[in-house]
Amino acid sequence: MPMAADDIAEMIRTAIPDAEVEITDLAGDGDHYAARVVSETFRGQSRVIQQRRVYDALGGRMGGVLHALQLTTAIPQG
Amino acid sequence: MTEDAQARIDAAVKGSDVLLFMKGSPLFPQCGFSSRAIAILDHLNVEYASIDVLQDQAVRQGIKQYSDWPTIPQLYVKGEFVGGSDIMMEMYESGELAQLMQDQGVKVAAA
Repeated sequence: MPMAADDIAEMIRTAIPDAEVEITDLAGDGDHYAARVVSETFRGQSRVIQQRRVYDALGGRMGGVLHALQLTTAIPQG
Repeated sequence: MTEDAQARIDAAVKGSDVLLFMKGSPLFPQCGFSSRAIAILDHLNVEYASIDVLQDQAVRQGIKQYSDWPTIPQLYVKGEFVGGSDIMMEMYESGELAQLMQDQGVKVAAA
């Protein structure tokens, strides 16, 4: 079962409360998403740690239910 | 997860300077993310080894535990986990991946 974009964003915001989350439905099929997550709490963390925190937020769905999620993480600018 | 799979993964990671766990083979990647990872490594022109996780269920599950990373592909350089295809792409675009390979003394493939 694919996940709704809103559910993905909600799970990420629950785990990383200050996160700005932008989800793009890449194929329009509710199954191929790109997520961009911007959080001040990423500062000083490696990309692997940042992405791992997002994966953790998704509670084991990544790689399973969510096969096709392109993920970009960033720190707020300015 | 079997001890055996973890031991085999560990030996493979330590046995190659650049190792990509992927779905399919470099000539026939079986997933868009793996295909992208291969394209990046080919552009960098480095020598790399690859393991097709689709050929071995124990490795397919075991690598996720080994690296504490839920998705495939996964790139290792000199035994260190670098990241998945999104991280590879970001590092490639910023030049960090080429720098990392250079810093680690990774061999460039013959032209």
